[in-house]
Amino acid sequence: MRTKWTVLVGVVGALGAGALGLTSAPGQPAGQAGVLPAAAPAPAQPVVGGRGESTADHSTFEVLQQDFKTGPEVTAACLTCHTDAAQQLMKTSHWTWLSTDQTTTTAAGEAVPFGKGARVINNFCIAVPGNEPRCTSCHIGYGWKDSSFDFSNQNLVDCLVCHDSTGKYKKFPTAAGHPVYADTPDEQREWPKGSGKFWEPAPLREIAQSVSMPSRQNCGECHFFGGGGEGVKHGDMDESLATPALHVDVHMSPDGADMHCIACHTTHSHKVSGRYYEQAAYDERSFVLRGSPHESNLLACESCHTQWPHQTAAREGKDVKNAARLDAHQDRVSCQACHIPTMARERPTKMWWDWSKAGEKNEDGTPKKVMVDTKGTKTPQYDMQKGEFIWVLDENPEYRWFNGNTKQVFIDTKIDDTTPGKDRGKVTGLWSKIDLDKPIADINTLLGDANDPKARIWPVKVHRGIQPYDAGNKTLVAPKLFPGAGDKAAAYWKAFDWQKATEAGMKENNAPYSGQLGWIQTEMNWPLAHMVAPAEDAVGCVECHSTNGRLAGLEGLYIPGRDRNMLVEYAGMGLIGLTLLGAVSHGALRVLTSGSRK
Amino acid sequence: MSKVKMYTRFERFWHWCQSAIILALLVTGLQIHFTGLTLLDFATAVQLHRVFAWAFLGLAAFAIFWHITSGEWKQYLPTNQSLGAMVKFYLVGMFKTHEHPVRKTRTQKLNPLQRLVYLGFKILIFPVLATSGLAYMYWDSIQRSFGLETVPLSLIAVVHLAAAYIMVVFLIGHLYMITTGRTVAANLKAMITGWDEEHGATSA
Ligand code: HEM
Repeated sequence: MRTKWTVLVGVVGALGAGALGLTSAPGQPAGQAGVLPAAAPAPAQPVVGGRGESTADHSTFEVLQQDFKTGPEVTAACLTCHTDAAQQLMKTSHWTWLSTDQTTTTAAGEAVPFGKGARVINNFCIAVPGNEPRCTSCHIGYGWKDSSFDFSNQNLVDCLVCHDSTGKYKKFPTAAGHPVYADTPDEQREWPKGSGKFWEPAPLREIAQSVSMPSRQNCGECHFFGGGGEGVKHGDMDESLATPALHVDVHMSPDGADMHCIACHTTHSHKVSGRYYEQAAYDERSFVLRGSPHESNLLACESCHTQWPHQTAAREGKDVKNAARLDAHQDRVSCQACHIPTMARERPTKMWWDWSKAGEKNEDGTPKKVMVDTKGTKTPQYDMQKGEFIWVLDENPEYRWFNGNTKQVFIDTKIDDTTPGKDRGKVTGLWSKIDLDKPIADINTLLGDANDPKARIWPVKVHRGIQPYDAGNKTLVAPKLFPGAGDKAAAYWKAFDWQKATEAGMKENNAPYSGQLGWIQTEMNWPLAHMVAPAEDAVGCVECHSTNGRLAGLEGLYIPGRDRNMLVEYAGMGLIGLTLLGAVSHGALRVLTSGSRK
Repeated sequence: MSKVKMYTRFERFWHWCQSAIILALLVTGLQIHFTGLTLLDFATAVQLHRVFAWAFLGLAAFAIFWHITSGEWKQYLPTNQSLGAMVKFYLVGMFKTHEHPVRKTRTQKLNPLQRLVYLGFKILIFPVLATSGLAYMYWDSIQRSFGLETVPLSLIAVVHLAAAYIMVVFLIGHLYMITTGRTVAANLKAMITGWDEEHGATSA
């Protein structure tokens, strides 16, 4: 009890301090107004959730008074003061695109790291190696065109994509991490290709002079666009989070706490905390004492809200019914399950991607493209380059047991291409064309089940699709899609030949390919953790405590209102029936014989 | 036949409070169990079920104290004397002019059948309902404290539900039996006013 109170006092204190910081931070210039040069850019707004406001005004630094021609030139300037920054960053998965703490074992028995940079496969654009200049436009470096990229060159670290505060720094989608420069030729500035729209060069000098802590916009520069487009991958991250409305994200909305990503994704020595493939985001779910040497990260909701959030709120006078009961849910139900009531609340997210349908042209030979209306937003339904899609807006997620760890399928993992999905307990979900009579390969598996004390019920966007696989080796394959580097002629978006694209892609991935191309249904789980709604929008009790609710198919636990023991039900109802019958007939007999009673 | 104070003021207070509480627990419990019902919204039903559960337990504490200190607990001691006669009375005698085979007096309020049923309730159904209910309420803490993570909540729920069904069966029987006094309303009146006539055969 005592410790509980101590923690609560701590939370209230922390919240109070946070609130003060929130009210004083925005609008307060980071630099000293008096000494700003006349032509100085607007001072960067301190990012809440960063480690305090800056004490240095970058616009006054001599080394930044240059007309930078390229990004690496800027980095070189940054490194003259921030001597260790690039080395710190190079140790993180933002740079390596590989797991830093975990390895996986290859078929040859060798322990190797994995990540989006190697071995990992998804059911979006499938794999990075072979498609570099496109995928690596989101790398935190400059020039990862192909496997020859120099991962030890410090000047290739891109400081600006995270530290720009002007909003004018954008990595060009096909330039392997570079923005558009003054001398970039026109044809390399047009996006989308053939649209006639040309990007302006990034004002590197202005940007360098106004750097700040990363904001939602900085992180979102890449993370809102995972999969190559807004909302493609995550069901809980898109541009709406740059300045979200309150109903979209209570933490990040300027009308709410106005927090930035790094408030929770705490960062030490440039290592941003978070889940990375099989690495869980956090181990413990409990209040975290800020500043203590044991402080790891604040990713678990409990890091700030404690394990008694509803009772705390009730004590603060908020109208919370059954606070203790709600807190007691936490052993089986994640906070996210109720507090992220729907996914993709503001912008659509992709739920289905059938690569096998790609390649169709219109009758006149032009690439086929079909757009449909998704709750008022136009979304692609067919694209010759990519196949068939289903997008959704503001829909319920699916729910799965999840203990924070995942199991990933790699480029050499044998998949089950015979057992029908229905025999493995698969479901189609509401927005897929999955055929349960055919096999379904898991891109990733959320670990944990009802018997795992660490597993809880999580809201999940399940992205389903059909993609090519090696029917001989029984592995997923990584076709070369983007004709940016390497064997460009073989790329699918050039030749529209899956066989060629797969051969080239697997070669660039150093992976074997039997030549037997097949198509397989896949599903990939995206546990939701963002877009936490205001408390009053939380999922209501009966949405799960009912026979046809959101948790209708979830196995392994008893949910009052959803589950019943039919033996008890029938026996109980039967007894009630018999008793009623007995009472009624006894009473009737009494009435009938009442003549003889008197 | 003489009028006596059959039920003391506390006894009546306890009886009617308990009726109200059990009715409330029944209604709220039903709403929790059958979410298709719309008597109350789920959260309110849960909240009220808990409030009335605690009221029930509080009242039980008083009632137990009263039973012990007043010696009234002896009224519930089972006896098989006249048990057969009672069964026969309900099955046959009641439809004729037969008199109640067991005399109801201030010190022997309960006939042998009632003794059995009420005793069963006090030592079986109520404790099972309350214990399973409390276990239901604190199941996550209990699991953690005693390492019972593998024992499913469904076990607790099944027990609670089975006892609740028996409760309903009792209620129906009980409500009907009220009407089987000397007159249809005699028993009801007695439990309201406390006054009843000692009646029935003087010996069994
Ligand atoms: C001390 C007495 C009681 C306690 C402590 C208690 C407690 C509980 C609890 C904790 C629940 C689970 C719902 C929730 O978390 O609020 C519950 C459900 C329920 N209770 Fe009770 N209860 C008591 C008495 C009764 C009585 C007297 C009845 C009926 C006559 C009853 C009928 C039910 C029913 C039908 C459910 C739904 C069970 C299910 O669907 O799983 N309860 N009770």
